[in-house]
Amino acid sequence: MKQFLQGIKDGGAIGIGYLSVSFTFGLEAASSGLFWWEALLVSMMNLTSAGQFAGITIMAAAGTYIEMALSQFVINLRYALMSISLSQKVSPEFGSGKKMLLGFAVTDEIFAVAMSRQGEVSSKYFAGLAVLPYLGWTSGTLAGAVCGNILPDTVTDALGLAIYGMFIAIIIPAMKKDRRILKITLLAVVFSFAMYYLPGLKMISSGFAVIICAVAASVVGAVCFPMEEEEEA
Amino acid sequence: MEVGTFWIYLIVMFVVTYIIRVFPFVIFRKKIENKHVRAFFAYIPYTVLGAMTFPAVFYATGSVISAAAGVAVALALAYRGKGLFTVAICASLVAFLVSIVM
Repeated sequence: MKQFLQGIKDGGAIGIGYLSVSFTFGLEAASSGLFWWEALLVSMMNLTSAGQFAGITIMAAAGTYIEMALSQFVINLRYALMSISLSQKVSPEFGSGKKMLLGFAVTDEIFAVAMSRQGEVSSKYFAGLAVLPYLGWTSGTLAGAVCGNILPDTVTDALGLAIYGMFIAIIIPAMKKDRRILKITLLAVVFSFAMYYLPGLKMISSGFAVIICAVAASVVGAVCFPMEEEEEA
Repeated sequence: MEVGTFWIYLIVMFVVTYIIRVFPFVIFRKKIENKHVRAFFAYIPYTVLGAMTFPAVFYATGSVISAAAGVAVALALAYRGKGLFTVAICASLVAFLVSIVM
């Protein structure tokens, strides 16, 4: 019980952060035509920012199910690596059944906090850690989706920038810290501009375009700038 | 969008996202040693976000000018190491102010 409460405490800051981001997700979802309960369900069942934003974009554009599956796969691929790292740090009582239930809550922030904990991560601690972020993410989505229909367009338009602001706040510090990430991310951005503006490539839908750009640039990075274990970003 | 279509999208999203998170958690006992594979995984979050952000961000507000102003602020604040929330809100605020002035 003590571990569970400690987890709840450690998850508080993440929960507050999620509240604001999921609010803009709710707004975006409402403006792209989802009902409030649809937006809420997406957040309850996915708990992931970039994947969900890409998901509602594909829904709004009536993309194919394959495109949806592939985009979620590529965008959320980073979680696979986090789950692998986390699997080495959990205590022995954290069995397969608990992993199947709690593994759902692996997000960038929850992962970061869990990994920074001294010693092993117990299932009780991890469960506690997930509580407030989950509540923040779902309630923020609900509030955003409901407000999306109330707030004036000038405000919701401007808030449409918030999610991108968050993405920028994630990539810039990493680019600053590591020149390889700088080069490879810029390469992905250049690819993305090319896909968007070059005449022959324009017909590729935005979901696929993101996948192609990200995978192509990362493959270039994997070949040109491999990473040893110690220096991983 | 039909509600039936929504459910299929939702289930596809859920299943793929769930499998990506949970399977490696349950199955893996060993670390990935290959430095190229490790590098690929390390770059993926940033290349995904980079490609998702640009150039789409310039069309996020309905006005390229207000969006560009917001992006400039976001880049500057992020470069100075400000947190996610600060960067996101300031970018929105500047875009909002520019859209009013225009």
